[in-house]
Amino acid sequence: MSMIEHTRTEVAEQEAPAMTMAGAINRALADAMEADGSVLVMGEDVGKLGGVFRVTDGLAARFGEHRCFDTPLAESGIVGTAIGMAMNGLRPVVEMQFDAFAYPAFEQIVSHAAKMANRTRGAIRLPMVIRIPFGGGIGGVEHHCDSSEAYYAHTPGLTVVCPATPQDAYSLLRAAIEHPDPVIFLEPKKLYWSKAPVDVTAPAAIGHARVARPGADVTLIAYGSSVGVALDAAEVGESEGRSVQVVDVRTLTPCDDETLFTAVRSTGRAVVIAEAQGFASVASELAARIGEHCFEHLEAPVRRVTGFDIPYPSPKLEHFHLPDVDRVLDAIDTLNWEDR
Amino acid sequence: MDAPDALRTDLLPREHPVRLIDEHGHLTEDDRYAAPPTERLLEAYGALVRGRRINEQANALVRQGRLAVYPSSHGQEACEVAAALVLRDDDWLFPTYRDSVAVITRGVDPEEAFVLLRGDWHAGFDPRAHRIAPHATPLATQLLHAVGVAYAAKMRGEDTVVLAMCGDGATSEGDFHEALNFAAVFHVPVVFLVQNNEFAISVPLSRQTAAPSLAHKAIGYGMPGQRVDGNDVAALLAVLGDAVENAREGGGPALIEAHTYRMQAHTNADDDTRYRDREEVRAWEERDPLRRMRAHLLAEGALDDATEAAFAEEAERTATAMRDAMNREVHPDPEDLFRFVHAERTPQLDAQWAQLRDELAREEAGA
Repeated sequence: MSMIEHTRTEVAEQEAPAMTMAGAINRALADAMEADGSVLVMGEDVGKLGGVFRVTDGLAARFGEHRCFDTPLAESGIVGTAIGMAMNGLRPVVEMQFDAFAYPAFEQIVSHAAKMANRTRGAIRLPMVIRIPFGGGIGGVEHHCDSSEAYYAHTPGLTVVCPATPQDAYSLLRAAIEHPDPVIFLEPKKLYWSKAPVDVTAPAAIGHARVARPGADVTLIAYGSSVGVALDAAEVGESEGRSVQVVDVRTLTPCDDETLFTAVRSTGRAVVIAEAQGFASVASELAARIGEHCFEHLEAPVRRVTGFDIPYPSPKLEHFHLPDVDRVLDAIDTLNWEDR
Repeated sequence: MDAPDALRTDLLPREHPVRLIDEHGHLTEDDRYAAPPTERLLEAYGALVRGRRINEQANALVRQGRLAVYPSSHGQEACEVAAALVLRDDDWLFPTYRDSVAVITRGVDPEEAFVLLRGDWHAGFDPRAHRIAPHATPLATQLLHAVGVAYAAKMRGEDTVVLAMCGDGATSEGDFHEALNFAAVFHVPVVFLVQNNEFAISVPLSRQTAAPSLAHKAIGYGMPGQRVDGNDVAALLAVLGDAVENAREGGGPALIEAHTYRMQAHTNADDDTRYRDREEVRAWEERDPLRRMRAHLLAEGALDDATEAAFAEEAERTATAMRDAMNREVHPDPEDLFRFVHAERTPQLDAQWAQLRDELAREEAGA
């Protein structure tokens, strides 16, 4: 090894390399497949093409076509077959090509994947991951931008995870693949090409929220692509004299109530931010939980900043629909600041 | 347009269902399928007698309020018995809600097999121990699970075969199509057994499909389809056994349509006089699977009084075990509501169990 290469290796060990979220997910899949021969990847176009977002790039060539392969174009078939594989010793990771294309698999997910352990008194657990690129903000055409998390979060038996950083995308996907029960892994499409250092040795556990930014006056609660909106709003809020805390939820179910409640109690104000339409949503559930458990600490009602209750709009109109910094700041402004 | 590489007419079913023993018990010659040996037929007949008794006993238990519901396989026992008997212990069976007789014939204790139909919330038996999936209540969804189980076995180099059952109504579901297509594309060892009993609750087969037969659908997936007389246990053993062994040797999946008839209403909650006439039902009594096998075995001199008595006694023992089990009061543990939803109970479910436990404690203190 030459001196230059040696130096490079040392540098690489010291600083975690920057990866895109798509790259981090690809690395997590590869590392999991390397570590465990029962892990396999299947879906539409995940083989030779490497997925429409290139998330499975190179896996078929590296691990063989029996461990990373294209299926017929049928989502119920993909999830149903994965259930059988998980019943019989494999750990399938399936890709739904887009959020709204996962709906044909809905019955297999809610009636079978979610219930098998309960129906068999724990005799059959299904260690499987359903990866779903989700959400908007990418100028996508119709049926390509849904925020479908509430359907899954509402279903007992499912664990629903949503990373906001390449690091969490890597670590949480590794944890999801090792999880004994089905995990819905929601990948914010808008963040696929966001880049940040990823330490592949950093452990992560499902079920833990993260304080993404400290602050004393108000807590912004977000997940997925809304975490970036919350952080930007916090920055602006700070410049206007308000100390804004940001919590990244990371695991939608089971929800990390403790971290959320501790954060909100410390500031006394909360805004929940999500792209999804607000009615009967994950944001609504979080707001309700905070209201029930933190009422004595609250200076103002919990506010929600969500998408409108409309079908996901066209690319030219989506910016009106998506929560943005101004809308978050407006919500913060309503939180009863008169005494201060 | 180019012609396909080959017309593959070998994938088409025969014009008439395969039949080895006719309604009068007479053996008919077949150029492809040989009748199973007499000892095998005797074993199957014993299982048929037991299966019929299970159906009768289950119906009685519903009337007495000891079972919540029973979708009877009365008249279809030959399919039930054959599905169980053609498999090895290390194979897998995927039954529907109407296949309790197959589940018990494969070795599940009757007490465990009827837990679900008693109205409980779980399958009642350990699917992994018996290699039998929990009875499927939604239609055709389990066929995809069967494909996945077969894929995993094939990937590990095991020679396991999966037999997946469904009814004629289920062939209209999207998952039926997806399962057959996936099985054929992946070339996995799954034998799909469709019991065509002519009705999906009240809706006749003519409202499910305009295909020449259900077995004809197989060629659309590139797998062989075969039709078999679903009331002839000898033919079922031969045709299913052939498909199972072919799959085991790497020949891929097959679709078998067994033509039979649902002699009773869909379940005890159904009234079949509203949609079919008695003449039709009576005509099928002549084709009863037990009667024809008994006639055959008697004619062969293979069935004596002592054996018949032994079969009846065995069937009665099963019926007694069912009565004893279902008449026993069950006291489910309320904590079971929360125990199995996740491998590790979530903080939210912990809190909800604490709430229920507190309610129960207060109720007990107040009583």
